[in-house]
Amino acid sequence: MMKAGHKKVLLIIPSMIVARGIEAVLGELGEFRVEGILSDLSHSSEARLRNMDADVIIIDPVVFDYVSRMNGRSRIAEHTDAAVVALKTIPMDDEQLKQYDGFISMYDQAVTVVKKLRDSLSSRTEVADSDEYDLSAREKEILVCVAKGMLNKEIADHFSISIHTVITHRKNITRKTGIKTVAGLTVYALLNNLIDSGSIEL
Amino acid sequence: MTTEIQRIVFSESIKLADLIDVNFKLLNVLSRFGVSLGFGENTVSEMCARQGINLNSFLLICNVYTYDDYVPSAELMSEADPVTIVDYLHNSHAFYLEKEFMSLEKNLKAMVEPCDDMQKKVVAKFFADYKAQVENHFEYEESVVFPYVRGLKEGGRQESYSIEQFEENHSNIDETLSDLKSIVMKYLPETCDTVLRNEVLYRIYRLEEDLAKHTIIEDSVLIPMVNRLEA
Repeated sequence: MMKAGHKKVLLIIPSMIVARGIEAVLGELGEFRVEGILSDLSHSSEARLRNMDADVIIIDPVVFDYVSRMNGRSRIAEHTDAAVVALKTIPMDDEQLKQYDGFISMYDQAVTVVKKLRDSLSSRTEVADSDEYDLSAREKEILVCVAKGMLNKEIADHFSISIHTVITHRKNITRKTGIKTVAGLTVYALLNNLIDSGSIEL
Repeated sequence: MTTEIQRIVFSESIKLADLIDVNFKLLNVLSRFGVSLGFGENTVSEMCARQGINLNSFLLICNVYTYDDYVPSAELMSEADPVTIVDYLHNSHAFYLEKEFMSLEKNLKAMVEPCDDMQKKVVAKFFADYKAQVENHFEYEESVVFPYVRGLKEGGRQESYSIEQFEENHSNIDETLSDLKSIVMKYLPETCDTVLRNEVLYRIYRLEEDLAKHTIIEDSVLIPMVNRLEA
């Protein structure tokens, strides 16, 4: 039976032995429960990543090739807002680990692992967002500005809000629409009649 | 990946027909190597010998293209030929620009036929900008990176350039293609014909996958091979 209050954990770990080990360790302690295991970050895995709605992701950074490893954290962030904890299976630069919301070692005690997962969650709670998929009125206003080619700074000044808030709105717009580029957002705004073609260059 | 798992991969004795049977998407790879169909019972090594294709490079590309977690051995990497890889990448560029983008453009045009003028224009412009972005990216590889690799193989190191400068950023290009997918799938008016829409989507998904493999071949095959030559 699923008990309420369990935090959902997704593992992205290529070693099945390690993944099953973590699943067993967390299972004994409760609080965190492994609900999915991905062995890589292929295209189909990314879709599952989006749909899992995990609270915490534990990732072995070796799933990224050497070139993309420095940006591993942000690749995950494209798909989910979950906290991301690195699992250190090979020697790794501090620089590479810093991007994550925490890291665990293969030799950590079980209670230490749980504590680190908790810490990673609390460091993420300020990134609150709504579950709504429709754009809010403010998001629509900001989308229109983006489509017209305004920069974040200009949008912030225009609405007298901070750049940080503009960025949060833009992240939410992208999460809700699935569209990342300015050109794509412009098309979205036009197709949804949020702007008319006269206000941009076609 | 740190683990050395010997997994089943293509070897020189496999028949070409079986190779395609395992992964039909290698049809693209064959044509980029200039191999035409009608190869009968030929094996990979027979075909390579006949066509003068570097066998190890061919196997390397087929394996990378087929197995997501394939990591070529150091031995294979040193035996393969970077110039063959560059030729392959060059032919891929030609395929994208001359065939794939043309077809996609045609499909897009047919799809937005029932839309109003503004909508047609918006989609056409979005795709034209995407194409320009990709062309620009290819152009750099064609005019700087590929000649450098060819020169390196022939006559040693030019001090003015190093493959390290080839710090690729495909992410924006990938994002634009992914946005096109979202737009076609989610935001075009319902008046667009579903079958035509599906055709466009199939094409984008296939293209996306193909471009992803293309990037892997650049980043995980070509760059390490050239690093070795530079050393």
